[in-house]
Amino acid sequence: MEEVKTVREPLFHMVKRGNITLLKRLGIYAGAIVAGILLTSILCVVASSDKSNPLEMFSSMFSGVFGTERRFWTFLRDTALLLGISLALLPAFKMKFWNLGANGQVLMGCLVTIACMRNLGGKIPDAGIIAIMTVASVLAGAAWAVIPAIFKAFFKTNETLFTLMMNYVAQGLVVYMITVWAPSGSGSLSPEVYGRLPNIGNGYLLTIIVSAILTVFMFFYLSRSKHGYELSVVGESENTARYVGINVKKVVIRTLILSGAMCGLMGLLIGGSINYTVSSEIVNNMGFTGIMASWLAKFNPLVLIGTCGLITFISKGMGQVRQDFGFYNDAIGNVVLGIIYFFIIGCEFFITYKLIFRKKNKTDFTAIENSTQKGKGGNE
Amino acid sequence: MERQVALELKNICKYFPGKVMANKNVNLTLYKGEILSLLGENGSGKTTLMNTISGIYAPDEGQIFIDGKEVVIKSPKDAYLYKIGMIHQHFKLVDIFSAAENIILGVKEKGSLKNVNTRVREIAERYGFDIDPKKKIYEMSVSEKQTVEIIKVLYRGADILILDEPTAVLTPQETEKLFAVLRKMKEDGKSIIIITHKLNEVLAISDRVSILRKGEYVGTVDTAKTNQKDLTEMMVGKKVELKIDRPKTEFDRPLLEIRNLCINSDDGNVAIDDASFYIRGGEILGVAGIAGCGQKELCEAIAGLRPIKSGLIMHKGENIIGLPPRTIIEKGVSMSFIPEDRLGMGLAPSFSITDNMMLKTYGEGKGPFVDRKSARERANALIKRLEIVTPSSETPVRKLSGGNVQKVLVGREIEAGPNVIITAYPVRGLDINSSYVIYDILNEQKKKGTGVLFIGEDLDVMLALCDKIMVLCHGKVMGIVHAEKTTKEQLGLMMTGSLDLTEEKKDKNLGFAKDSNLTEEEWKSEEERQEKEATDGRS
Amino acid sequence: MFVSLITGAIPLAAVFLFGCVGEIITEKSGHLNLGIPGIMCSGTAGGCLGAYLCVSTFGNHVSWLVLVLISVALAFLFAAVVGGIYGFLTVSLRCNQNITGLALTTFGVGFTQFFIDNFVDRDYLYRASRIINRGLSFAGDLGWFGEIFLSYGILVYVAIAIAVVTSIFLKKTKTGLRLRSIGENPATADAAGINVTAYKYSAILIGSGIAGLGGFYYIMGYLGGSWENASTIEALGWLSVALVIFTLWRPNLSILGSFIFAVLYILAFKITGISFSQMSLLKILPYVVTIIVLIFTSIFGSKNVQPPAALGLNYFREDR
Repeated sequence: MEEVKTVREPLFHMVKRGNITLLKRLGIYAGAIVAGILLTSILCVVASSDKSNPLEMFSSMFSGVFGTERRFWTFLRDTALLLGISLALLPAFKMKFWNLGANGQVLMGCLVTIACMRNLGGKIPDAGIIAIMTVASVLAGAAWAVIPAIFKAFFKTNETLFTLMMNYVAQGLVVYMITVWAPSGSGSLSPEVYGRLPNIGNGYLLTIIVSAILTVFMFFYLSRSKHGYELSVVGESENTARYVGINVKKVVIRTLILSGAMCGLMGLLIGGSINYTVSSEIVNNMGFTGIMASWLAKFNPLVLIGTCGLITFISKGMGQVRQDFGFYNDAIGNVVLGIIYFFIIGCEFFITYKLIFRKKNKTDFTAIENSTQKGKGGNE
Repeated sequence: MERQVALELKNICKYFPGKVMANKNVNLTLYKGEILSLLGENGSGKTTLMNTISGIYAPDEGQIFIDGKEVVIKSPKDAYLYKIGMIHQHFKLVDIFSAAENIILGVKEKGSLKNVNTRVREIAERYGFDIDPKKKIYEMSVSEKQTVEIIKVLYRGADILILDEPTAVLTPQETEKLFAVLRKMKEDGKSIIIITHKLNEVLAISDRVSILRKGEYVGTVDTAKTNQKDLTEMMVGKKVELKIDRPKTEFDRPLLEIRNLCINSDDGNVAIDDASFYIRGGEILGVAGIAGCGQKELCEAIAGLRPIKSGLIMHKGENIIGLPPRTIIEKGVSMSFIPEDRLGMGLAPSFSITDNMMLKTYGEGKGPFVDRKSARERANALIKRLEIVTPSSETPVRKLSGGNVQKVLVGREIEAGPNVIITAYPVRGLDINSSYVIYDILNEQKKKGTGVLFIGEDLDVMLALCDKIMVLCHGKVMGIVHAEKTTKEQLGLMMTGSLDLTEEKKDKNLGFAKDSNLTEEEWKSEEERQEKEATDGRS
Repeated sequence: MFVSLITGAIPLAAVFLFGCVGEIITEKSGHLNLGIPGIMCSGTAGGCLGAYLCVSTFGNHVSWLVLVLISVALAFLFAAVVGGIYGFLTVSLRCNQNITGLALTTFGVGFTQFFIDNFVDRDYLYRASRIINRGLSFAGDLGWFGEIFLSYGILVYVAIAIAVVTSIFLKKTKTGLRLRSIGENPATADAAGINVTAYKYSAILIGSGIAGLGGFYYIMGYLGGSWENASTIEALGWLSVALVIFTLWRPNLSILGSFIFAVLYILAFKITGISFSQMSLLKILPYVVTIIVLIFTSIFGSKNVQPPAALGLNYFREDR
């Protein structure tokens, strides 16, 4: 047996926090975001040969988002798009179903939208096309989500990888359809003209309105409805759900139909209102970004507006930074986002735990005890 | 002669954020070659204290001395270096490993598994254990697992052994065997701390008793100079009447009748084997058995959560097999199962009390929305009636203490006005006063004419509370006895299968009620119908 | 065609094998690392940097050994450092493993794209690739045998060796036993005196480093030094993670599994006489097969081939 080397107490030890005030919690998040942005701004300056002042990154970012009216509307629309997709993910995540397949679900919605526009265009009135493509895109998104859900419900098939693979299958289908529709080999489709969704006010507002409605809907769905209650019980404990007579399989499948349908709807907007075309990269990875956004929002639809705004702000802003700083490509945006994610994810440690450092003086434990016993549950 | 001190604790404090102090200025002395009982109610900080010695928790204050030298135990590894070994209540074993693999886990020494096997056999022979080093943990019974745990600690040469509630999962006979082993170890010069809240065991095994109450050190007494009554007073802090009521009631007709029930467990083994019994309104039927003898599967089958293989379950003369769980709940059959982690089933830990109140009733009422307002009212009423300690009805149950969590669960079940209550381990982990609240609730229901199936761990409690006790062994019914006419020893023998009362009275099945809700012809036809459905279902 | 299918598949199989074995080692410590795609990308960044530096410094006649050692070391190092971020967040800060992994993938893909575009001169990569991929000189003399078994660059054999060694390590050694016990039940391992944190970090760092070699070898071995973009590596990364389930957490089985996946992946390019559309459909094949495999293992999986019991759960000693 080896000797024990030190008899000294460790420098600190970790304990779980009981409660934390909202203010402190917000403070920790804000601190993390600020720290993340500061670090990335320094990194950008180091990596750039053109600029030397980290603050210039912020002015670039602001000009990228608020610089012109058009930029600002694009920012709002893209926030709304991301919000719509993140909202679709919320119920699934709340049920602890890892839907990593939003990319594919949105893409399928977009694909069938374009298919409708192409094949029905000119043959029936636009209103008819719109009606058909709305239904079709919602169904396509739902179908793409419900397939993994059925297998998860009946055989406990790993949904994380299943939904992920469905993304690549959807992408493959899109590439295939493009080769069918554009056999020339150009690999891209020209914008469709028939069956475009109507412009409300300007070209951006429709997406924003749809997402706003979805936000209100999702808020009430999750917090007040019986469906929302059921899915949170399933997420909390499947055993408990079964025990109180909830049909877990039904809830899983129903929730993923909703999740996929909403993704399909966002695909409709991307295809029918924004781009009028489809490509394998058209979703721009928002399915993944949406996962981060809904996680950071802790499943609250209203907070989600903020997290989506933040993420879109950073990506849009970084697009401008890239130009101003003379970066070769837009990959820098992902680097910055990734680092800020790390900070936000990591800061949760300080919300759940706190460190107690080795102390010289005796702590007054009676004081702690008295303060925590106030307004506390019983004791053990 | 001055006795040598093996271990000494001075002013140990451990504080859990959000809870009160688990240990407050605790002092403890353990002499070499003695067995010290650490006595206290559930939640009095016994396990926390022992975990600080074995390096699981870091104490916030205080000093630990071993052989007179001050030490700091930062991790379980340190504890082993100081030759301290702890046998945890929830065994720390890797299920898919063999006994030998578990034993050598973390031991820094060279040599092959063969040597391990010989050394394990040596230890086993010396103390009279029975063990197969190659057997996988998941194939073992609870007492075998405990044996592995003890050998694991001895293998590492521990001189100070800590056993946390080792008898909780053992039959009276197995307990005796364990005590014999402990006495042998004591003769070998080992120092032993045994955590327990069972007074008779304290008196039977230990040299001295140290008592904790609500995290505080109360005192230490010589076992020879004390008795159950004094110990109880030290443990609970005031005089308590240690008597569980068994109110006399009029037994009604059978509410729940079960005949020839067979159930499979998750891995396809037989969990319940041809069980027949019935519960009358106004009676409490206890179910005794060692852990994993089919209690869980039985509960789940009655509640409609687990398909059965064959047999009949009749509720008020109506077959409830195959009905969805929700329908069975609506018929007034309530099931609450407190698993080992105490939160796993029946409650949603991060939900508020209000939201937990709605768990079984949220679907009532028209419209797509849940009625949180009436649930809140019910929650507040329950908090008031059962004196649940909580800041508000919107506090997540996860933040409540064990006793209050169980009050919420049992209270919710009672509130629905069931006519059959199936409750498994409702007092698991509760202190004496909270336990008595639960017993009172059950007795109150019994007086109202509800039939209660009580699955318990503590035979003393069951003997006092239940009217009849059914004993299970490997899923087989060993007999159904009147609580007043049986003894703990008899129950223990039945639990291990050494005594089978059904063998003696083979001709008449005691599990069949004489005044059944159905005539024998009706039972027959139900049975045939069930069989037909089963074959139809298969084809 | 058959021979060319095999010889084409094997370098790609090595890519999967590195990723899969890296993830197995990580998962055995109880950590599901969805950052593997990002980590494989980062390995590419490091390895390509090493190759570029070697060739640009020492010229075209740089010694094979120096080039391999430096680029492999840098690939391992970059991947391990990026994996270290995951380790710090999930082991020390106990953050959610899935979310951390996904964030890491976002970061890793972006970082690699950014890094290679800005700091690596791609012209040098072709040259480096030719040197790294030298097979055994006598392979050509042995006909089809030599072509199928001996014609690859050293990293293919390294991948197989790592898989075999890992398999033995997990099954036969005491250290392997300790690592497995942590993935099964960290509280037990901890109570037995095993340094859980150290083991977890080691498994994550080593696993990440190995996976990083996969990304590097994809560019250098399979593509022959042509850099497209990081998102193809990301797709390979996800397939590697799926392979872990397919091969039931057994590194020796993953040798075969990687080969099968590689054949499926390149089938579209090797079948002659099909149209561009048909080829694009065939490219979906590996993903569809993965889905089918996931379904099959979930329906027919037995108790002995379950994932480590504590996979995905972070460990905090004082949790009650």
